[in-house]
Amino acid sequence: MSNESQLIWKHEAGSGTPLSLRNVHIIYGARKGDVQAVRGVDLDLRAGESIALIGESGSGKTTLGLGIVRLLVKSADISQGEIIYRRNGTEVNVLDLDKKELREFRWKECSMVFQSALNAFNPVLRVWDQMRDTAQSHGWKDKKAIRQRSLDLLGFVQLDAERVIDAYPHELSGGMRQRVLIALSLLLDPQVLILDEPTTALDILTQRTIIDLLRKLKEEQHFTMIFISHDLAIAAELADRIATMYAGRIVELGSADDIFYRPRHPYTLGLIRAVPKVVGGFQELFSIPGSPPDLIDLPSGCKFHPRCPYATDKCKTEEPDLVTVGREHEAACWHWREVEEELQTNPLHSV
Amino acid sequence: MGSVFLGAVQSMGATLRIMSYNKVGFTGFIAVMLILFMSFIGPFFVPLDTETKVDQIYQTPSAEHWMGTDHQGRDIFSQIVNGGKDVIIVAVVAGALSTFIAVTFGTLAGFAGGRIDAFVVSVTDIVLTIPQLPLLLVLAALIKLNNIVYLGIILGALGWPALLRAVRSQALSLKQRDFVEAARALDLGTTHIIFREIVPNMMTYIIISFALAMTGAIYAQVALVLFGLVPFSGSNWGVMLSLAWVRGAIYFKDSIWYIMMPVAAIVILQLSVVTMTRSLELVFNPRLRSGE
Amino acid sequence: MALIELQNVSRAFGKGDERVVAVDTVSFTIEEGDVLCLVGESGCGKSTTGKMVAGLLEPTAGQVLFDGQDIAKMDKQAFQRYRHAVQIIHQDPYASLNPTQTVRQMITRPLLRHKKAKGREGAEAHAVELLEIVDLTPAEDFMNKYPHQLSGGQRQRVSVARALTVEPRFIVADEAVSMVDVSIRVSLLNMLSRLKEEFDVTFLFITHDLALAKYFAWQGRISVMYLGRIVEDGPTQRVVMDPRHPYTQALLAAVPEADPELARRKRRIELRSADIPSLLDLPPGCTFNPRCPYVVTGECDVEVPPLDPIPEGGRVACPVRSSISIQLVEETPGGSVHTDADISQYQPDG
Repeated sequence: MSNESQLIWKHEAGSGTPLSLRNVHIIYGARKGDVQAVRGVDLDLRAGESIALIGESGSGKTTLGLGIVRLLVKSADISQGEIIYRRNGTEVNVLDLDKKELREFRWKECSMVFQSALNAFNPVLRVWDQMRDTAQSHGWKDKKAIRQRSLDLLGFVQLDAERVIDAYPHELSGGMRQRVLIALSLLLDPQVLILDEPTTALDILTQRTIIDLLRKLKEEQHFTMIFISHDLAIAAELADRIATMYAGRIVELGSADDIFYRPRHPYTLGLIRAVPKVVGGFQELFSIPGSPPDLIDLPSGCKFHPRCPYATDKCKTEEPDLVTVGREHEAACWHWREVEEELQTNPLHSV
Repeated sequence: MGSVFLGAVQSMGATLRIMSYNKVGFTGFIAVMLILFMSFIGPFFVPLDTETKVDQIYQTPSAEHWMGTDHQGRDIFSQIVNGGKDVIIVAVVAGALSTFIAVTFGTLAGFAGGRIDAFVVSVTDIVLTIPQLPLLLVLAALIKLNNIVYLGIILGALGWPALLRAVRSQALSLKQRDFVEAARALDLGTTHIIFREIVPNMMTYIIISFALAMTGAIYAQVALVLFGLVPFSGSNWGVMLSLAWVRGAIYFKDSIWYIMMPVAAIVILQLSVVTMTRSLELVFNPRLRSGE
Repeated sequence: MALIELQNVSRAFGKGDERVVAVDTVSFTIEEGDVLCLVGESGCGKSTTGKMVAGLLEPTAGQVLFDGQDIAKMDKQAFQRYRHAVQIIHQDPYASLNPTQTVRQMITRPLLRHKKAKGREGAEAHAVELLEIVDLTPAEDFMNKYPHQLSGGQRQRVSVARALTVEPRFIVADEAVSMVDVSIRVSLLNMLSRLKEEFDVTFLFITHDLALAKYFAWQGRISVMYLGRIVEDGPTQRVVMDPRHPYTQALLAAVPEADPELARRKRRIELRSADIPSLLDLPPGCTFNPRCPYVVTGECDVEVPPLDPIPEGGRVACPVRSSISIQLVEETPGGSVHTDADISQYQPDG
């Protein structure tokens, strides 16, 4: 693309740690009691990498994403922990930022792309109005420059920029809106992009164009990204590293290949064995028994033990922490060795 | 028998507890209860003061006359206590009737569609375009409205169109819902679908509408009395207001109590009814009914 | 005789300029005991077709036959028999159950109305049995629950139990598992498969998820719809392993795979346009022609291609490509089985 050289936000590949989460806890107040949505998450996001938070509803993945950019609903509270953000050698705790600083942070440092692309737009504003307002409220004065940058970004996300920039949101299809939203989130050159279910509710062919676009963003621009998704396929397609979340905690963290071919947590293994592939012959699927835990009244010990085939008495009383199970691979399970043995007899195949 | 009674008391207790979740609504509910008690039981203890006392005209509130006295020196408090019953009966009759018409025919029209819908909608439009108050004025001139139940029926018979349209559009959207489609697939019949599937999901709306219909009826009857089209029989907050007006109470500084008291009574009744709906809504919320 | 047969069924919505043909001359048959998966993207007409099969929507043209009889011409008794024999399971577990009713009410009311049980107590007992069939146990615990007290998966099970009250022979499952969590989806699918075996229920399974279709209908058939028309159908294994219509191929190639290695090796099929045409302004000829990489100008954009049978099984609406197989995954040297032997065993310190 000819405009690419003007896109000033080409990132240096891999150095430093732009984002570190330290023992983050998030609680929602509810009538029945406190909902412990996130319970002590530690995570380091390296520059240029893409990490996927996977898990089912109630795992705390979306809450964690919203917590990082402090967009939680009023009833939620980050009760403990630190969210450290770094750029150019300076370091801030996101939890210390005031309202104005947060607004800057959300556009210029750590931008979030939401799940429902339609709700994120003001229906009476054209794409151009939206982009101009955003740029101007952050101190850009030169309208021509804003327009040029908007056009460049819309082109980058493979839209017919000249046409789309003057369109109203309802005139665009779901996939186009999602792409506009990605372009908008890049407007102020953030360092980190958080994408909450970026392709959910899109059709297969549209989904593919978004995945390919995000892959381009990752491979060519070395963007640092966090994907939040219930869909393992998105993680397999886009993530360098994957964090499996269950009941508000990261229960396994490792490279995409480790997670998909050498999982050590029974929950990760369960998820992988529950998801069918479209290519290849018949593949038997297994479901995980039981249902996701009640976040107000969590089980004792390991929160997965009521659904776990490996559970023993120890699991009922003691909650395991993440331990190293391989190179840059951690899992929180008392029985990860047994999972390893199980996989030696029944390996996970790629087609 | 005893257990049935006990069960009723228990479920009433549960209902009250659910209602108390909303403090404002519960306050409204208590206020409505107090007003009902005052208007229906009160008259046995506070008889209407009908005796003209020339020496006590336009007195301000005192230990003897809690709300002061009127242009003939009669006690205003006794008039307030005795003047609520008729207002409330008319409001309840009118509110119930217009809600009943609106819910039944609105749901039917929305659900059945086609010709039934077209017919109901056109009748509604006709009634809606007739200016209410002038029609009431004409009607009042033709019919003797000294029976409060008749008055309520007439107000109710005219008060439903706006509500019907809203109920119809609610029914139209509920009809599209998957659970209604499932009920159709299960061949559960139109009556079941209307009264078991659609109406329970509109209860919140129906309650609010009932409250609004009641307040509408209160306004309308007070207006009719003010215009002098309903005979000044007995005592009634509307009649009080009308008399105060006719007697030029607004021109005398001392008579402020005479005109303010019925106004206050009407406003408090309406406010209580409207806020009470917040608590009533909760009663029909299955989340709360199931004890969560 | 087929249990369900659609003969040139069409359904249009709206009038004048706003008129859209959501389903356009669709024909297929479903034999008793069979599974047919209707696959396609949103707006392809698969749900509309499902509703017409379930008798909840009337076709604007064509006939739906049940046991060989046109449902539009049935007398009251025959229609009632059809009505009870065909049930539908909806997609959204939050919309398909009435929030103001308990599970008990939802299940016993149809039982009582259609005299499937004797009296209150009989209905209660029968309801418990049905809840057990759909794996909601202990069933007594679920009887007094309201929908909001149940998880998505449990709600879908209640929907199925409710449909079973009228002892259906045929179930239309419209995206019945797509809103349910991954870990629970499989057990729901397996429960539906059990109904197939134990109660001889025939299924029309509607989904946008090809991998799910493949899993559920491995022994059955798949029909792929695009903009209101069937573009390809056939035995599941043939359609998935050897797709012939360019649209089917594009779909299968586009599906993201939950396997990083496979994701890297899967072939891309570049479409000429990313945007799906509007139903209000459909292209002439084959509706896929503006996006199709193999388009033959002067042919594809002139005439609607017929849905012709192919020797490998099923039908394909593409005379240009119907005899050509493609490979969806690039072969890699050295195999691709991942085992722990690939990396040296890790030994934690100490």
